[in-house]
Amino acid sequence: MKISFPIMGNSYIAFKQLIRDIGHEPLMAPMPSARTMTLGTMYSPEFACIPFKILMGTYIEAIEKGTDVIISSGGHGPCRAGYYGILHQRIINDLGYNTKVIVFDSVIRTFGDFVKKISWLLDEGKTGWWRFATVFHVVWDKLMALDEIEILSFHIRPYEINKGETSRVYSKCLEMMDQAENRVRIREARDACFQLLHSIPQDKSREPLKIGVIGEIYVLIEPFANLDMQATLGEMGVFTERGTHLSNWTKDNMFMSRHQSRIITAAKPYLRQMIGGHGINSVAETVLYAQRGFDGVIQLAPFSCIPEIVAKGLMPKISRDAGIPVMTIFLDEQMGKAGMQTRLEAFVDLLQQRRQKRLGGAVSW
Amino acid sequence: MVKAYLGVDVGSVSTNMVVMDENEQVLESLYIRTMGQPVKAVQSGLKTLGERIGNSVTIEGVGTTGSARTLTAVLVGADAVKNEITAHAVAVSRKVPGAQTIIEIGGQDSKIIIMRDGIVIDFAMNTVCAAGTGSFLDQQAVRLNIPIEDFGELALKAKTPVRIAGRCAVFAESDMIHKQQLGHSTEDIIAGLCEALVRNYLNNVGKGKEILAPIVFQGGVAANIGIKAAFEKALKQELTIPEHYDVMGAVGCCYLGREAARNKPTGFKGWEAAQFHFRPTSFECKGCPNLCEVIQIFENDVLVARWGDRCGKWSNVNVKVG
Repeated sequence: MKISFPIMGNSYIAFKQLIRDIGHEPLMAPMPSARTMTLGTMYSPEFACIPFKILMGTYIEAIEKGTDVIISSGGHGPCRAGYYGILHQRIINDLGYNTKVIVFDSVIRTFGDFVKKISWLLDEGKTGWWRFATVFHVVWDKLMALDEIEILSFHIRPYEINKGETSRVYSKCLEMMDQAENRVRIREARDACFQLLHSIPQDKSREPLKIGVIGEIYVLIEPFANLDMQATLGEMGVFTERGTHLSNWTKDNMFMSRHQSRIITAAKPYLRQMIGGHGINSVAETVLYAQRGFDGVIQLAPFSCIPEIVAKGLMPKISRDAGIPVMTIFLDEQMGKAGMQTRLEAFVDLLQQRRQKRLGGAVSW
Repeated sequence: MVKAYLGVDVGSVSTNMVVMDENEQVLESLYIRTMGQPVKAVQSGLKTLGERIGNSVTIEGVGTTGSARTLTAVLVGADAVKNEITAHAVAVSRKVPGAQTIIEIGGQDSKIIIMRDGIVIDFAMNTVCAAGTGSFLDQQAVRLNIPIEDFGELALKAKTPVRIAGRCAVFAESDMIHKQQLGHSTEDIIAGLCEALVRNYLNNVGKGKEILAPIVFQGGVAANIGIKAAFEKALKQELTIPEHYDVMGAVGCCYLGREAARNKPTGFKGWEAAQFHFRPTSFECKGCPNLCEVIQIFENDVLVARWGDRCGKWSNVNVKVG
């Protein structure tokens, strides 16, 4: 069976292997582009959020390339994403295709359903559960390694002497990771990538500002959706981290991880319940970044995303209490970068002045 | 010859230029309509300024801001290129010391800047809606056949302002038409519109911000005394309108240009840059799936700048397009 899946950051490298190793043919949809956006907005309800629309476009492009099945993940709590899989399926059927969309919801909340779907996929691929366990471990290692490499690139980019070099090395790293297909090779490739990134010429005398990037998972992870904001900040000389990576998110949805319980505790003074999507994460991560001495936080939210709107409503208070500036950017289908650039520059200026002032020096503009 | 600094703010609607001397006095200021042609607007501004004071000042530093700041920087040879928020804040911190809130409403965008002890601590810009900005007021003035200059004064004559939906320019317009067809007076409708726009601004741009006095109101719309009155009514505060309210971004650029060129010669190309032949072109780079739209600027047929590429490979103007 040909199986396709949404493109979300670098995770496609791991998913490709997962699908192949359980006996199917992975079908890579094209990387999201202007065409994806056009197709996605054309066939989506007008009021749907941008993650829905980009996925819609990606699915159509995958169907054009001949996929039989699309696998995706669901949302939980009061967030529309929980309904998105069904809606995508209906739109695909209405367009006259019979491609099947399989949505995996959280394994803790929908255990039976989860197992049923996996078992169908394994049967179709003539793969046993034992083999699946092994494959899963390998792919999990790969996903973790990909996240580690990406995180390192965000740490190194603000120090790079030749602008753009980190991005070039990073894309080379992705190719190397793509080639590595067993645990030993993955470890080797990961180490080699670390070495490559560390050997980028850097100016360690810089003291970059630190910004935590938080918000809804898709726009956070997929650079196409956020106009490649994290790399842009890096090239402006800013050290960034983001709250959600696919590896920690998967953990949170597999079992109650330490990460997730830390999130719930940190959010408690402001928010005592799950509000769907990544609302509670946005609240908690702002608190945690402030505790870790970050200079500022940028919240990325799909336009009209309720969980992020609720989180945004709490930001003025958190920002005041924790003493950390927060800027919210709503993302929609516009792809012009100028507005984002202006806001990022102004926010970086603000943080720079704040730091100069705190250090007691003269404030320069 | 007096030492002076040039500030240029090229926005969507207007291009503003200011020449400021060493004593921070504004010698000349210009407010030109951009009309979608930033290159032409900047060059005609340079020409006018050059004719007016070109012989009496030497420019020692240049700053640019506004959505066309990068392009403008190439045209004039800027020493500082800064975003609008910083440029406006710099101007206010020098011209209205102690200000804690800046309300800035221009042609297409509106912003709020919160300052404490002379530095920016928070800001917001309108994101998804241009209701409440200058262009919308312009449009409505034309529709009601009132010169925009009289708009504010008429609003002040209102006895009972009509309530108008201010959430969206399209809703506001249809609501206004309905009210007008019911027989409300033009003055009451205009005053209602001013209040609606202020409500929209405070709910959208000003949401969650701590608006403390002294409040500075600037940007082209600050000329409208009807809007000023509506703000004062809503905020129960008096607003300060600085002398050069309509060109504050450019004023800020004078300071930024001065600071950037403090220890090095300015990059200013001279007033004669008004005569240069600038030609922007663009091409799509097919080097990778990003397909960046690369912009090239030719000055008298020599390639002087290139941008728009993600990876930076075209930023060096010596690289040949093959």
